[in-house]
Amino acid sequence: MSENRISVAKTYKLYIGGAFPRSESGRSYPVVDAKGAFLANAAQGSRKDARDAVAAARKAFPGWSGATAYNRGQVLYRVAEVLEGRREQFAAEVASSEGVAVKKAQSLVDAAIDRWVWYAGWTDKVATVLGGTNPVAGPYFSFSMPEPTGVVAVLAPQQSSLLGLISVVAPVIATGNTAVVVSSQDRPLPAVTLSEVLATSDLPGGVVNVLTGRTAEIAPWLASHGDVNALDLTGAPEAMRADLERSAAGTVKRVLRTRPSEDFTREPDLARLRAFLETKTVWHPMGV
Amino acid sequence: MWEYAPAPESRDIANLKPTYRMFVDGQFVEGAGEPLKTVNPGTEEVLAEVSTAAPADVDKAVKAARRAYDRVWGKMPGSERAKYIFRIARLIQERGRELAVLESLDNGKPIKESRDVDVPTAAAHFFYHAGWADKLGYAGYGPDPKPLGVAGQVIPWNFPLLMAAWKIAPALACGNTVVLKPAETTPLTALVLAEIIQQADLPPGVVNILPGAGDVGAAVTSHPDVDKVAFTGSTEVGKLIQRQLAGTGRKLTLELGGKAANIVFDDAPLDQAVEGIVNGIFFNQGHVCCAGSRLLVQESVAEELLEKLRVRVSTLRVGDPLDKNTDVGAINSREQLTKIQQLVETGDAEGAERWTSACPLPDKGFYFAPTVFSNVSQAMRIAREEIFGPVLSVLTFRTPDEAVAKANNTPYGLSAGIWTEKGSRILWAAQKMRAGVVWANTFNRFDPTAPFGGYQESGFGREGGRTGLEAYLDV
Repeated sequence: MSENRISVAKTYKLYIGGAFPRSESGRSYPVVDAKGAFLANAAQGSRKDARDAVAAARKAFPGWSGATAYNRGQVLYRVAEVLEGRREQFAAEVASSEGVAVKKAQSLVDAAIDRWVWYAGWTDKVATVLGGTNPVAGPYFSFSMPEPTGVVAVLAPQQSSLLGLISVVAPVIATGNTAVVVSSQDRPLPAVTLSEVLATSDLPGGVVNVLTGRTAEIAPWLASHGDVNALDLTGAPEAMRADLERSAAGTVKRVLRTRPSEDFTREPDLARLRAFLETKTVWHPMGV
Repeated sequence: MWEYAPAPESRDIANLKPTYRMFVDGQFVEGAGEPLKTVNPGTEEVLAEVSTAAPADVDKAVKAARRAYDRVWGKMPGSERAKYIFRIARLIQERGRELAVLESLDNGKPIKESRDVDVPTAAAHFFYHAGWADKLGYAGYGPDPKPLGVAGQVIPWNFPLLMAAWKIAPALACGNTVVLKPAETTPLTALVLAEIIQQADLPPGVVNILPGAGDVGAAVTSHPDVDKVAFTGSTEVGKLIQRQLAGTGRKLTLELGGKAANIVFDDAPLDQAVEGIVNGIFFNQGHVCCAGSRLLVQESVAEELLEKLRVRVSTLRVGDPLDKNTDVGAINSREQLTKIQQLVETGDAEGAERWTSACPLPDKGFYFAPTVFSNVSQAMRIAREEIFGPVLSVLTFRTPDEAVAKANNTPYGLSAGIWTEKGSRILWAAQKMRAGVVWANTFNRFDPTAPFGGYQESGFGREGGRTGLEAYLDV
C-alpha cells in the first residue's frame, strides 16, 4: 500500500436515538485543534435536534430503567471494552482537542476508561448502598430504594473533552436514567467518537444522545423542556447558569450545580450518582 | 348510623393565651409586622392575637441563627446536640395533650388525629433524629459530613406541629440552626414548640420562629445569609422559590403538591380497600399533599366498590374537631373552603357525577361534606388539580397497564396506593409508580425512619430516614 495513501476523513454527526443524523438545521461549524488548525466540521445542533433527542431519551427510559441492574452493568462494561479498543484514536483526538502531549492524552484516556468501569460496577450496588428497610413503628414492612430520575440533560464540561465527558455521562446512565448530552462546544470530537462506541456496545438507542454545537444556544431549550427531569450544569457558560436554573424551575427539575472547575482526575464519590436518583418508599402491612 | 353523645375534649387543656409572640434568639418578642388573629375554623371565633415578623425581624432572626451556628451549635459535639434534641422529644410527649387540643383548635383537624398522629409522630421525629446527631459519619455521606449553616424553613397549615418537627429535627441533628415560618392560619403549636425549646434550654438563636404570611416566608427563603431553604407547600410557590434561589448556590429541598392515584384491582379485599380509600382522602379533611385523591378502580368491581364506599362515607361524622367521635373536622380556612367549592363546581360543570354524604354539618365554622365524584375523566380539573379537601375523584380502568398509565398521567409524583391480594402485582405496580411513596394495602402511613418526598413536580429531596439527612448536610 502506498505510503502516501489519502486517509478516509470522518464526518462528525449528532447521535440521536441510536442513529447518526446531521443537524436538521443543516448547520455545521469548524472544529480546530489547540493551535487553531482545522480538524473537522461538527454538526451544529439546533432546538429541533434537542427536542428530538429528548423524545428519543424519553422513549428509551422505560426499557433502560426497567432493565436489570446486572444487565446495565454488563452493557456498560461492554462500553469500556470497546473504549479500550479505540484507545489510540481517543488519545489522538484528546491530544489535538486539548493541546496536550500524546502521553498525557493517553493517561487521560486510560483514566476515562477506568472511570467508566468504576461506574459500570455501581449499577447493581447502588440500591444496596443507598436503599434499605425502614424500621417503622408499626406492623408494616417498609423499604426505600433509589430509582432513576428520568431524562437528564447534561451540559458536558467544556475543557475535559473525554475524561470529563465520561465522568458526567456514566453516573447518569448507570442508575437507569437516559441522557441528552451537549458536548464540549470547542472540543466535541471525542464526544462524537464516544457516540460511535456507545452505538456498538449493546447500549439501546436513545439511552445516550449526543448533541454538538453551541452550548449557549441548545442549553436553554433543554432547561425549559417539559419532558426533561433533571439538568447537569457542569459545562454551562458562567453567565447563563442562573437563567438556566430559573428555566429549570418551571417543571421543578433537579439541578446539579457543580462548578466548571471540577477536577475530573480525582477519584469520584457517590455525589453524581445521587444527584439523579429519587427515593421511593414502599409500605405494606404485616399480619396473618 | 349509631348515635353518639358528644364527647368533646376540654379546650382548657390547650392553655390558650390571648396573645402569642414570635421567638427570636431565645426570647419571645414583639414582631414589627401587623399582628394576625388566628381563628378556630371549627367555630370561626378568634383564638388569639399573634405578632408577626417584619423584614427587619427576619434579618434579626437570621443574624441570631448565624451567631448561634458560629459560636455554639455548629461546633458542638454531636453527642451534646443529641441530648438537647432528645429533651425536645420528651417535652413534646409530656405536653402532648395540650399540643393536641391546641392543634385541633387552631387547625380544625379532629382531636383523634392530632392526638394519635400529629403529636406522637412529631415527638418521634425529634427522638429519631436526636440519635443521628453523633452518628452522621455512618450515614453514608463520608466520614465527617458538615452542616450547611442557617436553614430557612417555611411550612404549611395542614400538619402545623408535625411539619415543624420534620423541618427542625433533621436540621438540628445535622448541626444547622433554624429560622422557621409557620403558616399564617396555624401559628400556635409552633410557638408552643418554641416554649418547649426554651424549656429544653437550647442555646439562644438555635431555633427562631417567625409567624406571618407569605411575605415573611419570602423574606426567609430569599435572605442572603440563609444557607439552606426547605419549603413544604404548593407547587406554585415551590417553583417561585426555586426561581428565586437560581444562581445563589444555596441548597434547596421542596415538598410540594400531589394528585395521588389509589389503584384498586379486581382481586382487592374490597372492605379493607374501602377503609384505605376513606383514610386516603378524608384523613385530615383531605388537607394532605399525599392524599389519595384519584381513585382508580378496575371496571369489573367499580360498581360494587362505589356502593360500599358511599355506605361507609355516609357514616363519617363531620363536626366539632374537639369531639373524640369526629372523623372529619373543619376546613382550615374560609379561603380554602372557597377553593374547594370552586373546584367542585368545575366537576359538576365538566360532567362528573357528584355524590355528597348527607351528614349534618355544624351551623358555624368551615365545613365541607365528604364528596365523591364518579364518571370522572382524566381531562377534568378535579382529576388533574390538587383540591386539598374531602373530595374524591373516581376513574376506572380495564387492564393493569392502563391503571399504571393513568396513575402516572400527572406532573406530580408524591404518593400512590395499590390494593390487591396478589403479591407479584403489588411489587410490579409499586415499581411502575412514578411516585416517592407507595402504600400497598394501606395508605397515609408516616414514620421518621421512612423517607418521604416526591418525584417530578411534587418536589425534590426527602424527609426522614438516612436519606433525609442529605438535605441538611454539605454533601
